[in-house]
Amino acid sequence: MSEEMRRDENVFLMGEEVAEYNGAYKVSKGMLDEFGAKRVIDTPISELGFAGIGVGAAMNGLRPIVEFMTWNFAVLAFDQIVNNAAKTNSQSAGEFFCPIVFRGPSGSAGQLAQQHSQTFESWMANVPGLKVVSCIDPYDSKGLIKAAIRDNDPVCMMEAEVMYGHTGEVPEEEYLVPIGKAAVRREGTDVTLVSFNKLMIPLQQAADELAKENISAEVIDLRTIRPLDHETLIRSVQKTNRIIVVDESWPFAGVSAEIAYVIQKHAFDYLDAPVIRLNAADTSLPYAPTLVEAYLPNVEQIVKAAKEVMYVK
Amino acid sequence: MVQNTKSKGKRSKKPTYTKETYLEWYEMMLRIRRFEERTLMMYGQQKIRGFCHVYIGQEAIAAGMISAIRPADAVVTAYRQHGIGLARGINANEAMAELYGKATGVVRGKGGSMHFFSREKRFFGGNGIVGAQIPIGTGIAFAEKYKGTDNICVTMFGDGAARQGALFEAFNMAMTWTLPVLYICENNGYAMGTSVDRTSNVTDIYKIGSAFDMPSEAVDGMSPESVHEALERASEHVRSGKGPYFLEIKTYRYKGHSVSDPAKYRTKDELEEYKGMDPVKTTEKKIIDGKIATAEEIKAIKDKIKVEIDEAIKFAESSPYPDPADLFDNNYVQKDYPFLQ
Repeated sequence: MSEEMRRDENVFLMGEEVAEYNGAYKVSKGMLDEFGAKRVIDTPISELGFAGIGVGAAMNGLRPIVEFMTWNFAVLAFDQIVNNAAKTNSQSAGEFFCPIVFRGPSGSAGQLAQQHSQTFESWMANVPGLKVVSCIDPYDSKGLIKAAIRDNDPVCMMEAEVMYGHTGEVPEEEYLVPIGKAAVRREGTDVTLVSFNKLMIPLQQAADELAKENISAEVIDLRTIRPLDHETLIRSVQKTNRIIVVDESWPFAGVSAEIAYVIQKHAFDYLDAPVIRLNAADTSLPYAPTLVEAYLPNVEQIVKAAKEVMYVK
Repeated sequence: MVQNTKSKGKRSKKPTYTKETYLEWYEMMLRIRRFEERTLMMYGQQKIRGFCHVYIGQEAIAAGMISAIRPADAVVTAYRQHGIGLARGINANEAMAELYGKATGVVRGKGGSMHFFSREKRFFGGNGIVGAQIPIGTGIAFAEKYKGTDNICVTMFGDGAARQGALFEAFNMAMTWTLPVLYICENNGYAMGTSVDRTSNVTDIYKIGSAFDMPSEAVDGMSPESVHEALERASEHVRSGKGPYFLEIKTYRYKGHSVSDPAKYRTKDELEEYKGMDPVKTTEKKIIDGKIATAEEIKAIKDKIKVEIDEAIKFAESSPYPDPADLFDNNYVQKDYPFLQ
């Protein structure tokens, strides 16, 4: 964000606690000092209001980054995201457009209970006019947010509370990660494992486990949910003939449902087993630790599913 | 029950404006009136479809506003927006073609009755969600301040929208950040079928501004003089960097909420009372009685508007519908966006 704010004066950040508190999760640490209160703006707790102010500012030539402390709170702002940001271009026939980034954490983050644990990728990806990126890889996160800020369409960026401390190599130099392209994190030949956001961690661990049993898993990180990178998915299934989708969205009409459709439509003849999806449970997420554990897909389930599609015990 | 009769808002005290100003107001109000009458007619013939909310009765606001602000100022409003769009300079041909859903419409048949937009005219819509344009207008003003211009954003909404949470959030941030936004509530007495006094115990909507220490006042919306005068004062305040201003402009719509509303929730007497204050007729009478212009000059304007609206109908009728292939245009700025098929 800071690199883009140095590059383009029209970029600014607004949200709850982004300035003086240095970000609820310290994402914007030091930005107030560098850019000042004009461009790093603390808002009152008014998600609908400041999301709408962002939309108006974007229509009038600026490039706002609107931070939600969590996407759960962005539900209050859905009118502005869905009815305005997504539709500005269409309803004005291109007279106006809305280059804005809405960002914040999506998904569960421990024992936060029902209202603070929801996954929003599939909700937002359902809406034409929006783009949705979701990634916890540090290198890619930098390249994706830079691409999102430069994009002329509204982008929803999904992060994860529990991954803000996640570390990895992030070069100082300038680079972009293109929106709409998945990343093959690990090449493999026997089964494709695909996910996004923080469930990439158990996915990688499951691939390690499978390798011990001589099953070669190809691991794909979607990085972008909308538009979905069909090509990478189809090409992988053409090679492995099997796919497991691990998705923190609820199962009904979730990201995994869309991928299952795409694969059966475009790679039906290559499939040696049904497409398997592992979702968060079709329930609200309660508080107790045992219930949180029961809610999320885990390494064991992924390994088991891989063996199932490999027809090995 | 008829809350508008309690307080009509401030009447103009200034005695006169120039002949040009009076004729400009009269012409604009007549243009809107005739445009809307034909809109209703064509809706009846099913040439115009969808939700359609006409501006008849409220014309003095559009006319008085435009003469008081600058072309570079931004304007955003709700879905009862044909009159504001015309006053902002969208021509009748493009406006009528839009209502017809034709490719020659102001937004090429993509917006219809609720969504006119024009970058050139600084008209930011045409918003169909009640009150959603209040934060948007606040954001437009935010961008003007950020860029360091002296433009203001006139953010208009109805009495129904005054009850939305979006208003309270936007008013609060606009005052906190001293944004150059002029809020206008066009209070026509009814949020669809629900009268103002059935939506809140605060029936003087301008008083909402006091919760934010925002300068606020009520204005008579049946006279272009009053509207102009209030807007001139308010916009000067906003433009000088003093922050937001809120005008509740009391007006009345003669027709139902939308074309499908027979408006059975109000009395005939009430409607007749307002028709007695009709801004087009009273301005015409003032011009003639005050010898501001001659009957011939008024007739020339009437003839001109008649030709203009007839022409708009012909233009809309003879224009093509959008090509079905245009369905995918303008969903994304990205030209090669991979839509699902």
